[in-house]
Amino acid sequence: MNYVFQFSFVWREFDQLLFGAWLTVRLSAMAMLLGLTVGIVGARAKASRWRLLRGIVQAYIEAIRNTPFLVQLLLIYFGLPSLGIRLQPDQAALLAMVVNLGAYATEIVRAGIEAVPQTQIEAGRALGLRPWQILRFVVLIPALRAVFPALGSQFILVMLASSVVSVISAEELTAVTDTIVARNFRSFEFYMTATGLYLALSLGFQGTFAAIHRVLFARWSRHT
Amino acid sequence: MIREFTSYELWFLLQAVRWTVLLAVIAFVGGGFVGLGVAILRIARAGPWRAVAIVYIRAFQGTPLLMQLYLVYFGSNLLGVGTDAWTAAALGLTFYSSAFLAEIWRGCMQAIPRTQWEGARALAFGRMLQLRLVILPQALRIAIPPTVGFLVQILKGTSLASIIGFTELTRAAQIVNNATFRPFTVYAIVTLLYFTLCWPLSLLSQHMERQLNRQHMPTVKVQA
Repeated sequence: MNYVFQFSFVWREFDQLLFGAWLTVRLSAMAMLLGLTVGIVGARAKASRWRLLRGIVQAYIEAIRNTPFLVQLLLIYFGLPSLGIRLQPDQAALLAMVVNLGAYATEIVRAGIEAVPQTQIEAGRALGLRPWQILRFVVLIPALRAVFPALGSQFILVMLASSVVSVISAEELTAVTDTIVARNFRSFEFYMTATGLYLALSLGFQGTFAAIHRVLFARWSRHT
Repeated sequence: MIREFTSYELWFLLQAVRWTVLLAVIAFVGGGFVGLGVAILRIARAGPWRAVAIVYIRAFQGTPLLMQLYLVYFGSNLLGVGTDAWTAAALGLTFYSSAFLAEIWRGCMQAIPRTQWEGARALAFGRMLQLRLVILPQALRIAIPPTVGFLVQILKGTSLASIIGFTELTRAAQIVNNATFRPFTVYAIVTLLYFTLCWPLSLLSQHMERQLNRQHMPTVKVQA
């Protein structure tokens, strides 16, 4: 091997890489929030009385879980304009991430909801709670607490998958790295550094989720 | 000149399916061998071996598959063993699969009651013999459903090989799209093709898991 590694190049552009990492964090955080919302709505819809609605949600879940994220992204970004919906790369990236995460989140939240014993809902009714109060305090919060670790891993998977949105030149860490590499051809050094940053982001998100779990659900876990 | 989307283009896409499948098979077989080794290290009694396995698994699970492919692709060039996209994709996906399979299989091996190890030791089996004759055959039974499930992840993961320029299904779609400029048609067909590959595997995995639960596992209700 007669290649000389030049990590000084990386150091010179490090602030740009950090900015790219920040864009990834921002994009992923938005996708997580919206994806979780889709997941909660989807899980509620899957427990609906209407068969058609349940079928639609199930079809959505199967379609997303059995096709690659990259193809979903390409279909949204290049395919939707044929239907008259034109999106900016960043919007298409976010939409693809939300649609993708939403399907997984629906399954995860549904599992949590199903784990809530029917008797607790009856107990809630017996206490005279309103339906939305039961949904919130008896069903959703315990369900989310139970599945929070699974949601956290899925969130991190989506954050890692977001590197793919660089192919439609949405702005995030991989895209920023691509741009720099196209300028100085130090591909290995830069992708190595970007990989390290992604690893740091994974660990960071993991820590954050653990902290959120402790703070958010501490009040409820005392009683069980 | 823009070409029409004809049966020839459709045939081109269908033919690209074999590269997707072949890549997935290679990644699964290669990843299976490496992954089994890592899984065994992961449950080794010697701390350092366990640490090596943990770092390996964390590194691959905590970074994007795309970055892993880039690093293999550009890294092997630096090592002087210039690789084509085909080898890089196969190698990268093998590493990626090995980390996930190792983690899945570790769980299966650890699910075997400790008394089985002790029983095998009482028969004067060495550690490797205990593993081979007693633990692995039992772990295999519970490992099959999640392993088949992970096959779907590998199949979907192969789509990223298109980004480093290997012509599998997704890359073929981009080529056809560039010639015909019918993005919605092309990507919808490709989505359908991936779905046709992945859905049966998902169903099979779910089916086997249900059967396994019914047959042997006592139903454990975990109170969340």
